[in-house]
Amino acid sequence: MSAMRGDGGGGHAGGFGVGHHHDFGDDALTRFDTGVVRRLFGFVRPYRRILAGALLAVALATTVQVSIPLTVRYAVDSAVGHSEFPLPAVLVGFALLIILNGVLGYLQESIAARLAQRVIFDLRRAMFAHLQDVSLSFLDQTQVGRLMARLQSDVNALQEFMENSVSAIGDFFLLLGIIAVLLWMDLRLGLLTLTVLPVLVLVRAIWIPWARPKFRRAREASSSANAALAENINGIRTVQENRREAVNFDRYRVRARENLDAQIASSRASQIMVPAVDILTGVAMGIVVIVGGDKVLTGELGVGVMVAYIFYVQRFFDPIRTLSMQYTTMQSAMAAGHRIFDVLDVPVAIYDKPAAITLKDQEPSIEFRQVTFGYRPGQPVLHDVSLWVEPYQTVALVGPTGSGKTSLTALTHRFYDVWQGSVLVGGVDVRDVTLDSLGHTISMVLQEPFLFSGMIFDNIRYGVPGASREDVIAAAKAVSAHDFIVRMPEGYDTLLGQRGRNLSIGQRQLLSFARALLADPKILILDEATANIDSFTERDIQQALKKLLKGRTSLVIAHRLATIRDADLIVVLDHGRIVEQGSHAQLLAKGGLYARLHASSHGSFDDL
Amino acid sequence: MSATPHQSSATNLDLDLSKLNLKAMPRVLGRLTRLSFRYPWQWFFALSCAIASAIFNLITPRLLGRAVDQAHHLLLDGHTHPEETRAAFLQLTPRLFGEATQQAYQLIIDGHAHSASPRAALLATALMIVVACALRGTLTGLQGYWGEVVAQRVGYDLRLAFFEKLQRLSFGFHDVNHSGDLIARGMLDLEGVRAFLESGFLRAVVLLLLVSFGAWRLLSMDVNLGLIALSFVPFVAWRATRMGLLLRLSWQRLQQLMSDLTLTMEENLQGIRVVRAFASKNLELAKFDQTAQSALRLANRRITIRMGSMSMMNAAYYTAMGLVLWIGGQRVSQGVMTVGTLTEFLTFMTLLQQPIRQVGMIVNSSSRATSAGSRLFEVLDAVPTIEDDTNARDWVPGAGVLRFEAVDFAYDRRPGGRKILSGISFEVGPGKTLGIVGPPGSGKSTLAHLIPRFYDVTGGKITLDGQDIRSVTLDSLRRAVGLVQQEIFLFDVSVHDNVAYAEPWAEEQRVVEAASIAQIHDHVAGLPDGYGTRVGERGVALSGGQRQRMSIARGLLAGRAIMVLDDSTAAIDTATEQRVRSSLRTAVSNRGTIIIAHRLSSLLHADEILVLDEGRIIQRGTHAELLREGGNYADLWALQNRTDSHTPTTTRLRANPILEVA
Ligand SMILES: Nc1ncnc2c1ncn2[C@@H]1O[C@H](COP(=O)(O)OP(=O)(O)OP(=O)(O)O)[C@@H](O)[C@H]1O
Ligand SMILES: Nc1ncnc2c1ncn2[C@@H]1O[C@H](COP(=O)(O)OP(=O)(O)OP(=O)(O)O)[C@@H](O)[C@H]1O
Ligand SMILES: [Mg+2]
Repeated sequence: MSAMRGDGGGGHAGGFGVGHHHDFGDDALTRFDTGVVRRLFGFVRPYRRILAGALLAVALATTVQVSIPLTVRYAVDSAVGHSEFPLPAVLVGFALLIILNGVLGYLQESIAARLAQRVIFDLRRAMFAHLQDVSLSFLDQTQVGRLMARLQSDVNALQEFMENSVSAIGDFFLLLGIIAVLLWMDLRLGLLTLTVLPVLVLVRAIWIPWARPKFRRAREASSSANAALAENINGIRTVQENRREAVNFDRYRVRARENLDAQIASSRASQIMVPAVDILTGVAMGIVVIVGGDKVLTGELGVGVMVAYIFYVQRFFDPIRTLSMQYTTMQSAMAAGHRIFDVLDVPVAIYDKPAAITLKDQEPSIEFRQVTFGYRPGQPVLHDVSLWVEPYQTVALVGPTGSGKTSLTALTHRFYDVWQGSVLVGGVDVRDVTLDSLGHTISMVLQEPFLFSGMIFDNIRYGVPGASREDVIAAAKAVSAHDFIVRMPEGYDTLLGQRGRNLSIGQRQLLSFARALLADPKILILDEATANIDSFTERDIQQALKKLLKGRTSLVIAHRLATIRDADLIVVLDHGRIVEQGSHAQLLAKGGLYARLHASSHGSFDDL
Repeated sequence: MSATPHQSSATNLDLDLSKLNLKAMPRVLGRLTRLSFRYPWQWFFALSCAIASAIFNLITPRLLGRAVDQAHHLLLDGHTHPEETRAAFLQLTPRLFGEATQQAYQLIIDGHAHSASPRAALLATALMIVVACALRGTLTGLQGYWGEVVAQRVGYDLRLAFFEKLQRLSFGFHDVNHSGDLIARGMLDLEGVRAFLESGFLRAVVLLLLVSFGAWRLLSMDVNLGLIALSFVPFVAWRATRMGLLLRLSWQRLQQLMSDLTLTMEENLQGIRVVRAFASKNLELAKFDQTAQSALRLANRRITIRMGSMSMMNAAYYTAMGLVLWIGGQRVSQGVMTVGTLTEFLTFMTLLQQPIRQVGMIVNSSSRATSAGSRLFEVLDAVPTIEDDTNARDWVPGAGVLRFEAVDFAYDRRPGGRKILSGISFEVGPGKTLGIVGPPGSGKSTLAHLIPRFYDVTGGKITLDGQDIRSVTLDSLRRAVGLVQQEIFLFDVSVHDNVAYAEPWAEEQRVVEAASIAQIHDHVAGLPDGYGTRVGERGVALSGGQRQRMSIARGLLAGRAIMVLDDSTAAIDTATEQRVRSSLRTAVSNRGTIIIAHRLSSLLHADEILVLDEGRIIQRGTHAELLREGGNYADLWALQNRTDSHTPTTTRLRANPILEVA
């Protein structure tokens, strides 16, 4: 689920991966990357005391572990009567050591694992919080599934690595400890035994460049298969409606197959190191047997030492084996770290200025001053738009589809920054006010109603988490939603499915309308808020709104012109320019675009 | 806002063992193991390599013990000649080497070496150790490889089965299962299962073998000492079982929490515009913290359980080793036992140390696999409620007449479930248009969903050209019905691929044609990459009306027998809509069309208009008839076409309590 390349998502939906999609690099940088490590350490720093504790426990635990075979040696030696220590004394020492070992082992692993969990929590939270700030233009170009992969599986990969890496440090200490003891017990035998190490290093040096691409391919293949799965699940209704099951299955099978092959190849690459390490272990033990045995014969070495030696040599290769297995984890962790920091590095383009003003008592006017704006470089969708919305007025935006109505409202809320000109709310440039206060001044009913899964009640009070049940019911009543809500099985406590799936679209729209009303904004933006609602309900809402809209400024977008004919001002947009404005009657009299739109909505039998 | 109803239960960190289904583990793991039997050969290889490598693992300590014994014996026997030593080691002469091989051979045949040439004996042992290690390594590597091959293949099978199952499961299933949860199952749970198959099972087998062989060896060498050496095994078994159960509980909770967290984050990102619109970053972070903190606490709890048990197991093991040292040491000093035997004892015990560590891993991975596996099987075992009848035939194309005969429907199929549609009857013939209007929630979209059989009717029947849609294959039926859904879903692929979604191999020219009918061609042609432009997730890079027209184009491309447009021009201005409608009219002139709309101007030309309320038809007729008749439709028309502003002219619809209260 980890890597996400441009080609990750929907090859099954027919070639993916071209275009100006924001594609976070790829997995090219999978080596142990100091940048990633350094930044990761930034997240560990707040817990450096704990880290120090963990390391201390590791060091102590390692010392204990190294000493246990040593006592075995003394025990054996004193059993054959070669030791200066009596057997009981050695055994008491042994007992102490195993108690220490238990305690330290527990401490080491649990401190480390907790630390890892904590750091991972912080990291995930930092990413999530950062995503709350990055601009919509970035999020528009990024699939949620791909971000989720980063928030979940990349973070998990890193977590696995971090948990393991403390024990890897332990293994490393153990290795050093064993080497020290081997050399201390018998320098020459020790050196001889250690001659296998350089060989091992050499073998690995050859192995790594050969194996790395295989590991990388495996990760990519699996993420691409997973992305295809995710996409298919999200679009399952469209899939079934269009009978794409067979085609999608075939395409998915290809990916799954590639993944299978890649995984098997990577397994081959990593398993091939196992015999290599084991053969070297054997050689090292052979050296101990021959040289050590001989030394025993010549009396240079106690039998106990030889026994201890054998123990150590056996244990010596355990950390090496674990460390080399850790390599695979490290590889993906580094790649994962990269992808995580990629997200954290997405610049926040829209943020509060240091001296940003809090909107409070300003009159809720809206002004566009020669605004030019677009989503794609070089392709403006709004050209030099100037518009003045009086406080407490209702202004309607109409125009053909794609003329830029939604974009205008998005700019009012500073979802995006203008290219040229400025947008003023309450007489202040939106770039000079805090985003929070802007959010509390303006409420929106978006063109596509989005509801969260959870209770209807909580959905309505989304903007005001502390709102009382009475307030919620009042808002629901204002938009004629109360009746259908109480007829649901659990009324206001009914749980909504994903995106409010167990409601009709019109019902969702009503809820999102109620949500906006409850927030009690000074400025209300209704982007086709009643497009999927019948005219009776709409009329009732409008009557309720007459009261509610007093003391508010509202910006209303509608294609059904009857909806907005009573607006104080109607602004007609076409191709990103304001072509007409005036009242309903004025515009009809003018005979321009509005009049034409009006005529077609009264279409009679013969105008087609 | 609590993301799901599970959340409250999952935040409760008490791990209560009595809630655990004890039968789940053998059932799930058994089923997983059976899945791996589909690859008997690979499985057999993996298992034999595992066993063989375990055997070599056992041989090494024997050899080492022998080496020590040899050295010690020779030492005691006084066979020590420093010169000879030099000679033996500095010159590994072929003669000596040959003798060593001979010795090795005898070691194997006779079970003991001749101490005629002590160096050769040592050398022989050393050689055998190297060989044993090499074989052990190779076999371990092969075991790992074949184990992974089996696991990956099973993973591949499960992946495909999961994918295929999800595609077949009907809308009813997807209505109640969150996509985030399904994705988590398909990715994380599948991994959990695979990880177990890859090593968990083999490790368990090897562990059993090692322990039983080790036990046998230890006991046969010396019963009493053997018993002491093995005294930790029952303790470990008990701890491990307990730990396994606790871990399984915590995995279950953790998987649920992770799923909730996924859901919180996913919905936050999907609804980011709402989040921004209400400046509710803090609320969202609080939601995140609530779930993530519980997950963190649970993870810590899991660590405590695991590490606590592991430390106890380790302590038990070392205690047994201490006892062996104590008693064995005394025996050796009494001369009742050789140092070699003691060494062998101890080495066997070190061999058992690795398994003890592995007990933790095995228990952890099997606990995880149990809960992950049951989540996975839950989906794989789900029965699609909508499936081809056993003797379903392909739909036989006829004139294209769709009939509803007294159709009833309820989403909640339990008795007493709220009826959404009751007694709906109508007919749409070729070239005819049926219009449907009605307030939100009156059941229009539901009606549309019944036609391609996304849900089954609960009463009455739907026929297409006289064939009950339940008696024909889903494939042929859905190919015949073109539905443009009210809720638009576009894939984040190019315009071309979206329009050609139903027929991925359609030529460019047909795509352009469909796009032109839907009046989206001009816009697309003006885009920098034309039909190759990506539309963003769910089509965010398009305006609302553009998305709707894309979706109309997609529905048109396939050339179906009947078209259903569910409120699919709501976000389009009337002028464009008229163009869409007139080009549609020519394009589908010979087909039946159902149009659901709120704007009555869209329905002027319908041959029949149904006014739906609370799932019932309360009025029907042509536009002119309905206007003449007066009532709901006429009032609606008046409302939308009032010439004088301000005065809502109509009496409101009596049958509609929604409107009455408001
Ligand atoms: N996120 C985006 N990225 C790229 N282009 C966009 C994006 N959002 C909108 N556009 C383009 O900007 C133009 C104006 O879109 P906008 O949504 O403002 O139109 P609209 O007037 O609201 O239309 P409708 O009535 O169909 O909702 C359209 O051509 C659209 O394709
Ligand atoms: N998947 C579902 N599960 C349970 N109930 C549902 C589901 N979908 C819709 N409903 C309920 O069924 C009723 C009819 O919904 P439907 O979507 O058919 O209404 P509609 O007439 O299309 O309304 P709209 O004009 O708002 O689109 C509503 O009360 C709705 O809450
Ligand atoms: Mg509907």
